[in-house]
This record gives sequence, C-alpha cells and structure tokens, in this order.
Amino acid sequence: MAAAGTCGTGTRSTGSVVAAASTNNVTSFQRRGPRASGADSGCSRLVSIAGTRPSVRNGQLLVSTGLPALDQLLGGGLAVGTVLLIEEDKYNIYSPLLFKYFLAEGIVSGHALLVASAKEDPADILQKLPAPLIDDSYKKECDEDVCSHKTESDIKMKIAWRYQLLPKMEAGPVSSSRFGHYYDISKRIPQELIETSKWHGFFLPEKISSTFNAEPCSLTSGYMKLLQFIQNIIYEEGFDGSNPQKKQKNILRIGIQNLGSPLWGDDICCTENCDTSHSLTKFLYILRGLLRSSLSACIITMPTHLIQNKAVIARVTNLSDTVVGLESFIGSEKETNPLYKDYHGLIHIRQIPRLNNLIYDISDVKDLAFKLKKKLFTIERLHLPPDLSDTVSRSSKQDLAESAKLLGPGCGMTAGGKTHLDF
Amino acid sequence: MYPELNNLLNTSPEGAEQGKLTLLCDAKTDGSFLVHHFLSFYLKANCKVCFVALVQSFSHYNIVGQKLGVSLTAARERGQLVVLEGLRSAVDVFFRPREQLHPLQFLREASAGDLQLLYAFVRDALEPVDGGEASWRCPVLLVDDLSVLLSMGAGPVAVLDFVHYCRATVCREWKGNIVALVHDSGDAEDEESDVLLNGLSHQSHLILRAEGLATGFCKDVHGQLRILWRRPLQPTAHRDRSLTYQYKIQDKSVSFFAKGMSPAVL
Repeated sequence: MAAAGTCGTGTRSTGSVVAAASTNNVTSFQRRGPRASGADSGCSRLVSIAGTRPSVRNGQLLVSTGLPALDQLLGGGLAVGTVLLIEEDKYNIYSPLLFKYFLAEGIVSGHALLVASAKEDPADILQKLPAPLIDDSYKKECDEDVCSHKTESDIKMKIAWRYQLLPKMEAGPVSSSRFGHYYDISKRIPQELIETSKWHGFFLPEKISSTFNAEPCSLTSGYMKLLQFIQNIIYEEGFDGSNPQKKQKNILRIGIQNLGSPLWGDDICCTENCDTSHSLTKFLYILRGLLRSSLSACIITMPTHLIQNKAVIARVTNLSDTVVGLESFIGSEKETNPLYKDYHGLIHIRQIPRLNNLIYDISDVKDLAFKLKKKLFTIERLHLPPDLSDTVSRSSKQDLAESAKLLGPGCGMTAGGKTHLDF
Repeated sequence: MYPELNNLLNTSPEGAEQGKLTLLCDAKTDGSFLVHHFLSFYLKANCKVCFVALVQSFSHYNIVGQKLGVSLTAARERGQLVVLEGLRSAVDVFFRPREQLHPLQFLREASAGDLQLLYAFVRDALEPVDGGEASWRCPVLLVDDLSVLLSMGAGPVAVLDFVHYCRATVCREWKGNIVALVHDSGDAEDEESDVLLNGLSHQSHLILRAEGLATGFCKDVHGQLRILWRRPLQPTAHRDRSLTYQYKIQDKSVSFFAKGMSPAVL
C-alpha cells in the first residue's frame, strides 16, 4: 500500500525543467512501487504519518477534513497536496464551522497548522476551535436523541423500503479509528492541546503595515505576502523535503479564511471589471504548485456569492481540486419550504479531483443537506436517486418529497414521521 | 489510448495524420481523459512529444499513462518526451528568480505579458535534430490546458498568438501536430475564454467536444462526445462531418456507445 514517498528525500531538482535523470519527487502523488533506481535505503519500511491513511482507490495519502460525513462524500478524505475550496454561505455562518473542524482535526492528529486570516487574529481562531469528543460522552448524547425515536425504528418501512435497506450513514465515532474525529461545538478545545500543537499564524493587518513596495507586483500585496509566508514555512520546516537540516514527517494544514474578500485588498467582490482580476487566480495556481510539492493540505473559504464576475468563479473552481458549496436557507424562500424544515441548508459537492486515475469516487447522492444541532454539524441525504436496476418492478411506488422524514431510522438522527403521499 | 476512440476517429498509431491541429474542448465536465488518450497515442506512434502540463503534476500523468500502456518516465529518459510541469515551474519562477528567462516568466509581470518565451521553449524542444539519434515520426505539441494560461495572466490574444506561432512552426514547417485542451465556460460569460475558444475552433482540423449530459449526473453515462472534422482555410463545399457518442470512463479505458445505447439502460 502506498503512503507518501517522502521519507526525507532531500534532493529536489530546482534546475532545468527538462529533468533527464529520475529525481525523487517529494509529492504525495507518487505511488510506492518497487524502487528500481536505488533511492534512499532508509525508506525501505513504510512510514506512516499520524492522522493520514492511504486511499483505497489509488494509494493517495488522505487526511480527514474533521467531519467524517464529509470525508465519506469526498471519497475517503482530502488528498494531501490538494486544495479544498469551501464556497461560503450567504451570511458566513456555517463555513467557519467547516474551517474550524479542519483545524481542530489537525490539532488532534498532531499536524502542524498554518492559519491565515485578514479578519481575525489566528490565535483567537484557535481558541474557538471545538473540543474533540471521546467515545463515551458521544454515545451518551447519541442515546438521548435516539431513545425517543426507538419505537419508530422498529416499524418496517412500507413505502420507502429502499431506505431501510441502506446501511446507516456513519454517525457515531468508531472507537478504533484514528482517522476522523468528532467534535463538540458547544465546548472549546482544551488549552493544553493548543499549546502542545505547532501552529503558525498569518494575520494580514500585522504583516501589511510594513514598507510600501515600489515594485509593481503581479499579485495584490496581501496575496504576495501570504504566498511568501507559506513558502517560507514549508521550506523552513521541511515539509517539501528540500531543507537538508530538517526532515519533516508531518502534514502541514493550511487554512485561509475569506480569501477574495475586500479585506485582502482584492476588489473582486466589489466590482465586475476589476484591475486585479488575475490576482486571485494566479495566487491559487501558485498555491497549488506549493502544495503539490510538499506534504500539506489546504482549506480555503471564499465568499463566492459576492464575486460579481461569474467567469472568475468558474476559473477559481477549475483551479481548485475539491470544491464544496454551502447554501443556507436563512433569508431565502426555501426557509418556509416544508421539505427543508429539518435542515439548515444544502451542501453541494461541486467538484472532486481525479488524481492518479481516470475515474474518481463520486457518491451517487447529489441531494445533501446539513443541519447544525446543539453540538454537532451533520450532513444527510435528502432523496435517493431512482433505481435503474432490473429488479425494480414498474409498479413500485416512487418516493416523494416527504421521504425526507422517512430517513429517520436510516440515519439515526432525524425525527421519524410517516406521512407520505400515495398515488 | 482508447481503442474505441481510435476506431471512431479512424486513426491508429501507425497511420497518424500530420500537420493537424486538434482542439479538445469540455463543457460542464472534465475533458482530461482526452488528454491522456492523445498523450499515450502519440507516444505509441513513436512521435516526439512536447507536453505542456499546466494542470497536474507529472506523476499524475505518469500513473494514468501506465494504466494506458505507456511509461512517461521511460519516454522522458530516452528523449521522446519533453515535459514542462506548470505547477512546479510556477513555484520556481515566483520564488527563485534567476537570470535565465523561464518559459513561464509572464507570471511575474503585472500586466498581461506575451508567451514568447513559452513558444521558444516549445520550439527548442521539438526542433528536429539532424544526424545520429533515433528519428521520431513527427513532432507533437500537447497542451493541458490553454484556459489555465488565461488564469495565469496571459490575455486571450496572447494565447492565440502563441498557438498561431506554434502552428506555423510545428504544423506547417515540421509537419507535426498540435493538440490543446480548452474549457468552454458555457453560461459563465467568460469573454476571454469565448474569444479563445472561437478563435481556435476556426483554426482546427478536428474538434472533440466533451459535454456533460443535459439531464444532469448519471452513474453509467458520464457524458457526450461530439467529434467534428473540419477543413479550415478551404471553402466548405460540403458540410463538415460530425458524430456524437456517449461515453463512460472506466478504470483503464473509456467505452463509447451511440446515444441511448448505454449497456446499463438497455
């Protein structure tokens, strides 16, 4: 099984692009086959990094996003070396949660963190991370919710029989797994965990106050400084294997908040034809270049609903690897739609990358909704797609909108109701 | 390369045409499987290939190439393949500037630059060298993809100029081929992308357009491929030939079938 081919391979060729000799790339995309050309003898064993696991499909190294349900939807997790772009919801209420889950997962797994924000001091962001749940306390809460619905789960489903046959969506912690943890949003992360973790913060107002650069940059100065900061950390801490002193065997989790907002000095959200229109796309391209050649994964939240120029959104989507969009119901007409009354919003998996493969793991279910409960953020299916298999007879009844309520026993979370429309 | 696609296009590695510009286009779906097809096709056809890989890292193309039966590292070592890795080079250009000019130098410029250095790189890579070494069939330039050049700061006219120069040298002078992938932004109203796509469509001999299904996502049919044969610069006495097929991407190949004839539905 392949993990990252990174055990301290030092020589990274920074010379000509036409590299004739085979160089040892320090990317996680390299599949570990039998090494023909006598590479490091020290890496004959498989080196596994805490908090990661190889993908089932292509041996790609994956890290957890902090939400096991989201990991499942993304095909097991977020691949190391890729960018996860979260398109923020309208009032930026739920996307910071995904951001915090990602960072909290990094702390719990022992990864290094790099937090960049133009709005909030990274130290404050880290203070507000959710506390990890240990298995026992989670089970107690799970039982409280479910006991009232126990009677419903025993009744066999007559109409939505397909939902009963489905395996339950993973809603509880599996105690033996060390990949993906559950968090309690109502509690803060214990201070000791933050102190023992290695983190770097980039707070734009502090960094930008220095000298005014005369040289016209192709990027806005905020992005420029951020890129240099990231590159610096990656090089100094040895995440790309090129630093001969430091051989890092850890993952760097990078979190960038509200990228593209006016606070970063970019007016892409303000006008349609802006001068710095290429700044954001260039930044994303170079960031991806940095990520691909190092052991890091990045989450970016971007207020795409504010970007006036649709072309930019399309380009940004093409330049990112995984794109997840959040659409909250607050203030929209969907808030009063009975179909959605148990949920707070929809989650759209807009893009999943094909890495080292022609195909990719894409879930069949496209209708996904999320709900923020007191302690947890859950993602659930709304409908099942129609069954095209041969065993389905023509006379079987189709599920309708109210099938959302019938998901109850299937997921163990929602309230069960049995009203349905009959043809 | 996908044998079924070879049959549809009526080509084979032994009898590949020369002097053609093939345009790969995708709308609402991912057309990169076509890039992998042409890369393995031309490597098997014993052509010298210059691959401008701007979207993914080299090892990604290598691993997929191995599934399709070619080894990119071996091809690179014997000199058949020259790769420009965009992601890695962009980091070099940006953080470690040096005296020699780099093909992606325009990344550092504030205003929209031109792609002259990139053209010089392609020209040097594909120049037929006389005498001594193994002779390759014909030079081929493969670009994945041109829309990323727009995101990197080059204007659509600069990209069209680059393609024009490459065509003049690679297709006309050296009787080679060019294959390039461009994204169609559809209703995203990307004017620059539309200019680029329209300009290239009029210059190409073969257009392969991968579209997502109009009805949305389907597990068994991943999209639709439109093939259009054109004769640019010739009066179109009769219509250009066009075919439409639907496809499903599998682990090591892509299967094509007529519309509505997917084995899952029959």
